Amino acid sequence: MTMRATECVMRMIHEEEHDLESYQSSIPRWCNGCGDNAILAAVQRLCRDEKLQPEKTVFVSGIGCSSRFPHYMKTYGFHSIHGRALPIAEGIKFTRPDLQVFVATGDGDCCSIGAAHWIHAIRYNMNMTVVLHDNHIYGLTKMQASPTSPAGLKSKTTPRGAYLEALNPLTVTLGVQNVSFVAQAVDWIPEVVYDILAAAFHHKGFSFVRIIQRCPEFLPQHLDPWLHDPNRNLLLTHENGITISPGLGRAYKNQRVHDPSDLDRAREIASSEDPIPVGILYRNPNIPCYEETRHSSELRTPGRIREGLEAELDKFTVWPQEKPGETRRAS
Amino acid sequence: MNETLASNRGSKAAPAARPAAKKKTAVTLTEHVVEIVSDSGEGAQRCGQSLGSIAARMGNGVWTVEIIPAEIQPPARSIEGASGNRIRLGAKRVSNGGNETDLVVAFNEQVLIGRVRAGELKPGCTILLESAWREHSDPKIAASYTETHDRLVTDGYKVIEIPMEQECRKHVSDPRRGKNMFALGMLCSIYSLDLQLAREQIVFAFGKKNESVVKSNITLLEAGYEWAEANLEFKYRIPAAPVKEPQIVVNGNTALALGVLASGMEVCAMYPITPATSASHYLSEAFESVGGIVHQAEDEIAACAFAIGASYAGKCAVTITSGPGYSLKQEAIGLAVMCEIPLVVVNVQRGGPSTGQPTKAEQGDLLTACFGSHGDAPKVVMAPATIEDCFYSIITARKIAETFNVVVVVLSDANLATSQQPFSRPQFADTWLAPPVDQSAVDEGTKPYDWDPVTGLARRLVPGQPHGMHTLTGLAHDRASRVAYNPEINEEAIRHRSLKIAALQKTLKAPPVFGGDSGDLLLIGWGSTKGAIEETVERLREEGHKVSSMHLTFLQPMPAGIKEIMQRFRRVMTIESNWCDRLEDAIIDETNRRYSALALMLRARYLVDIDCWSEVKGQPIKPGTIYRVIREKLEKERRKT
Repeated sequence: MTMRATECVMRMIHEEEHDLESYQSSIPRWCNGCGDNAILAAVQRLCRDEKLQPEKTVFVSGIGCSSRFPHYMKTYGFHSIHGRALPIAEGIKFTRPDLQVFVATGDGDCCSIGAAHWIHAIRYNMNMTVVLHDNHIYGLTKMQASPTSPAGLKSKTTPRGAYLEALNPLTVTLGVQNVSFVAQAVDWIPEVVYDILAAAFHHKGFSFVRIIQRCPEFLPQHLDPWLHDPNRNLLLTHENGITISPGLGRAYKNQRVHDPSDLDRAREIASSEDPIPVGILYRNPNIPCYEETRHSSELRTPGRIREGLEAELDKFTVWPQEKPGETRRAS
Repeated sequence: MNETLASNRGSKAAPAARPAAKKKTAVTLTEHVVEIVSDSGEGAQRCGQSLGSIAARMGNGVWTVEIIPAEIQPPARSIEGASGNRIRLGAKRVSNGGNETDLVVAFNEQVLIGRVRAGELKPGCTILLESAWREHSDPKIAASYTETHDRLVTDGYKVIEIPMEQECRKHVSDPRRGKNMFALGMLCSIYSLDLQLAREQIVFAFGKKNESVVKSNITLLEAGYEWAEANLEFKYRIPAAPVKEPQIVVNGNTALALGVLASGMEVCAMYPITPATSASHYLSEAFESVGGIVHQAEDEIAACAFAIGASYAGKCAVTITSGPGYSLKQEAIGLAVMCEIPLVVVNVQRGGPSTGQPTKAEQGDLLTACFGSHGDAPKVVMAPATIEDCFYSIITARKIAETFNVVVVVLSDANLATSQQPFSRPQFADTWLAPPVDQSAVDEGTKPYDWDPVTGLARRLVPGQPHGMHTLTGLAHDRASRVAYNPEINEEAIRHRSLKIAALQKTLKAPPVFGGDSGDLLLIGWGSTKGAIEETVERLREEGHKVSSMHLTFLQPMPAGIKEIMQRFRRVMTIESNWCDRLEDAIIDETNRRYSALALMLRARYLVDIDCWSEVKGQPIKPGTIYRVIREKLEKERRKT
């Protein structure tokens, strides 16, 4: 990449303040009360606080309500096709480690049509922040059951109730080799949404954040039990995780100290659907990132390409026969 | 496995060593097709490749085709386990695999049976057969051998039994290893090839291993040479024009991979699939030395999506696949078309549909390449016709993709993928390489799709460019990449994406006509059939027929001037390796006939009554087959008039 040598200088020049508006693009077309709005607000705040250069930041998404996300960010964005946001984001991050890459995906996009990519993205552990907007329902296509819909949930495709137990995105993610960051937030506790997104952003590796969010249009009362009863939200706290402000602590008394380096405990906590665990479940900063493992540190110059090509061609070259005594070009 | 060719005759004893044939005079040939077949793992491929390289260094025309068993570890002595090489040697440049085989070296009779049944051997051809099986301790094996041997003799083949293992055992303890070099030595003698070049070839091929391996292989090579000199009654010589400039000998897949390297691309994303994968195998070895990378994705879709992401944020990337993988990539290809992201997609075609014939050649993907992906998804489709083309087509494809921000599909096939043909060593040019990624600031408000009204082209904005921020979307969008809710905008975008293809077409030259500029019949082909078609045209013209051919590299868009060329001929027909209905079938007529892919496209575009002939046997079409078809057609038409 031609930029790499000058990157430090560029970074200094560009380390300028941006206000919230600098990251705001068009007005979101999500429904009133949709949890996506809360996530967008938190992400824009994060960009401002982290002084992200808009031109060096890319939001990638697939298809679904949540995948509209990039359109509302004034950064580079790629609203792609259903289920494929992760491999596209991987291609971007791989080629351009200098870019900050975020992925916005939904429970259908990530856990259903894109499930294969999700599993492998965890293995690649590329340095990006992935936010799973999980509202337990297909919204854009108007109310079909998703893999995270709880059994019995009535939808247009499951009029007598969802037939299967819901897939748990946390246990799935925590079960994959190379997992390095897993957290969960709920849209009704915005303060924690922000703190978790900030921690995810600072983690070097594949940061997976599931945000349970409301769909006021199709499942208006679905999450009310958790909204109305703070004790059905289990806040995970730790000095290496997130800390709770006194105000929040008074409202949400169901807390548990959890060390995010403890994978076994993380898996145990993740299996609980009720109360909903909120916080950082797992963090391991020592998993290698694919883009670093695979990347050649040397600069690609025309000279180097030429040299490499000539060396390869030498291997296959049939040289003309020369007179005895003449030296043939070594291969 | 001990199958036999049915025979009524009893066995006869193995001949003793033949009388020494001293002072043989070499018969001069213009060409010969040689095969070496063995069980998998006995080294026939190495033997064949080495023979090809030695002949190429002597200045002979060479076309080598791999004979590959479909299974990884097929049972020994099995028909389907035949592994080896087929080498066509010529006095002139050889452009295709040619016709049936003239001479075979077989390490057992079972692998030979498959070749006989496939009709690959010329009637009466010479067979050099390992004779050790005749005395095998298992009576079933010995009987199978004898029966097959006798049948082949009855059928008129010139079978020469050779105690290869016995001879090798004089020099090495395990003759199964190294027998291939004995065979190579025999072939050097038979074709009067320079033994010193053969020794050098062995040093080159085994140089990485230790000295003793090289030494024992050279010993066996010399033993084979001497045995053939002393015991075989015949000797050939195929005149060669010594090469003046360095040649490279690679198969089509390696040529594609070298093209990727030379094009300045940085990312190849792939998923394993036959027969495309060997290109990625080679790239995995070589690409990193120039800072490139092969990403083996979790599936074909991810490979395409990864390449799209890489292209979007940096230089144009490539994804290499074959038919089934190509089908899977369709939605992602549509995304690249919609978002105008440059992308090179290589499809090394195999037999289809579905899993089809993974190791066999077919040209069945032309229509899906041109029209695949839903909606109006115009892309560029080009097809290399030679091994050399495989190299240069990737460089061209990368350039077109980045100049026009389009998807370029390169259609190779299993024939090119596994064939070797020497070509002039490429002379590197800086202009092959992709330019550095543009990171300069743009004016505030610059639109990512500022389509030029004439060409449809727009400057691509790459992440990192200050003030260029926008969100790409697979949804219909306007010049600013905002989602289009207005019907006019959708049509405007489709129009400009289509114009880009026309803009490219304006830069293309009409393909040259091979043979005469006008005449009775014009054959049109595309892809790997070029050599066979042109060889046929040459032969027919020598006989006085006014037949010419034209070969299309660009299938979409097609260059201007094609119609004018076609109009100079009384009849036009395509020769393709994809299905067309046969008019001799009772219910097939002009109203329901499904034409071959190129014929269909040419008929639709040029309103010319184009006929087609095709063969989909999984084997490269032989020039002799085309010759017979055309002779018949010309004869029929002569009778009609």
